[in-house]
Amino acid sequence: MGKISNEELLNSIKAKFESEVANVTEAFGLLTFETSRESIIDLLTFLKNDENLQFIYLTDITAIHYPESEKQIGVIYHVHSLVNNVRVRIKVFLADGDVHLPTATVLWNGANWMERETYDFFGVVFDGHPDLRRILNVDDLTVFPMRKEYPLEDPNRVDKHDFFFGR
Amino acid sequence: MKNHLVFDDNDPQSELSTLNLGPTHPATHGVFQNVLQLDGERIVSGVSTIGYIHRAFEKIAEHRPFYQITPLTDRLNYCSSPINNMGWHMTVEKLLGITTPKRVDYMRVIIMELARIADHIVCNGVLGVDTGAFTGFLYMMKYREHIYEIYEEVCGSRLTTNIGRIGGFERNFNTIAFDKTRKFLKEFPSVLKEFEALFNRNRIFMDRTRDVAAVTAEQALSYSWSGPILRATGVDYDVRVMEPYSSYDDFDFEVPVGVNGDVYNRFLVRNEEMWQSLRLIEQALAKIEKEPSDIFHADVPEFYLPPKEEVYNNMEALIYHFKIVMGEIDTPVTEVYHAVEGANGELGFYLVNDGGRSPYRLHFRRPSFINYQMYAPMSRGMLLSDAIINMSSLNVIAGELDA
Repeated sequence: MGKISNEELLNSIKAKFESEVANVTEAFGLLTFETSRESIIDLLTFLKNDENLQFIYLTDITAIHYPESEKQIGVIYHVHSLVNNVRVRIKVFLADGDVHLPTATVLWNGANWMERETYDFFGVVFDGHPDLRRILNVDDLTVFPMRKEYPLEDPNRVDKHDFFFGR
Repeated sequence: MKNHLVFDDNDPQSELSTLNLGPTHPATHGVFQNVLQLDGERIVSGVSTIGYIHRAFEKIAEHRPFYQITPLTDRLNYCSSPINNMGWHMTVEKLLGITTPKRVDYMRVIIMELARIADHIVCNGVLGVDTGAFTGFLYMMKYREHIYEIYEEVCGSRLTTNIGRIGGFERNFNTIAFDKTRKFLKEFPSVLKEFEALFNRNRIFMDRTRDVAAVTAEQALSYSWSGPILRATGVDYDVRVMEPYSSYDDFDFEVPVGVNGDVYNRFLVRNEEMWQSLRLIEQALAKIEKEPSDIFHADVPEFYLPPKEEVYNNMEALIYHFKIVMGEIDTPVTEVYHAVEGANGELGFYLVNDGGRSPYRLHFRRPSFINYQMYAPMSRGMLLSDAIINMSSLNVIAGELDA
């Protein structure tokens, strides 16, 4: 579909950020890789401003919680090159207790509310964000409700546990 | 700021006034609160507060099997729920590797384009109301009713449709549904023409909307706008063309774009999109004729609920029914992002699956949420009455805003 293949894209990213690209996958043709907190903004800046790539469109920022892993919180960026019609998904994993990440509002105004939403639900603190407040939940909520330790229903209720479904 | 009085510093009239616009103001058409600082009628600054109808859909989705998430998507953009439903079905189908028969794709295109027309009818009609013309709204609203009748024939409900299933539709379209669609195709163009005649070159309407809230393409892209309001700025980004899902690459249609992204351009883009949707439906109806008329879902017994008669009389169907309902079916451990062109823009579903019966994580990329964040910054220096019609033309739907 795109004008540049995932391989070319990955090569041009690796040419600049060789040591910062890890765990490359290609689920359903969407190039996905992990990077570090230190290089995420440089990488996004490169993707946005590079003449051949032009990832000018920030589709989405969200997060995911893996309570079992060492780095529990993953922040996920979807960016889209409208010129080449290629998407890329970038993940940054952060350890609980040190959930800080530089803000992407320096690149896109639209990152503002996406980051506020991510903060609201996962507690990711975006350093340098102009207005990092809760957005959908009430201001005096003390928890980050999308983390896995907060169950939706009564935790004593067992009828929906997986072992009742043969798992 | 131009055209306003200048007072001495000590004059109490020089103070700004605070206006709490919303959360239940009739002019905002939904639950939106904006705290505005006003200098006379001009907005100096504003802060949007959202989340009044936040329902934690993403959390709920982590505890529901895939087929039970469809009713949650209904309640995102409730003016065009079928598009949300289809978007979700296609996300799961992509995850499970299901290919749907062409006839199902064409049926989906018909439903999705009807939903787009229904959504644009509301948006453009209400824009007319907000500029002082009730007539157009009432003429058009009758045809949204006709669209709802078609939904009713197909799935039994009208607003929150829960239309279709993973793999296709729950039942075939009956002849009444096709007849009503044909009747709609025959009657609606003349009404849309009348509606355009009422507004497009109307002096009052043009004075109220032209150059109001004009947005450049750079600003719109920086704010990640999508949908008709992005296209009104001149960027021809349409998911239906960029990444043709369902069967959109089989169709011949155009993507209308505007020039300067003001309220008038958005109105024209939406009107033109309705014409294009009519074209799409017409083509889809013609294409369906050539397909076998008894196919309305993919042949995937592991994922598609069998009809009830089968469940009671057929061992295999009973087993599949049990396995689907109890979530016994293995699903691939992977992640998928699927986007559809909703009536308001790119509606994306980011689904992370761990192989269980419900998503590990599901995130909705809601176009209204992302489009709305520019509202307060762009209102600065605007007249209050212009800010109201700006909100109408953004077509922010509270359900999609809050998820």
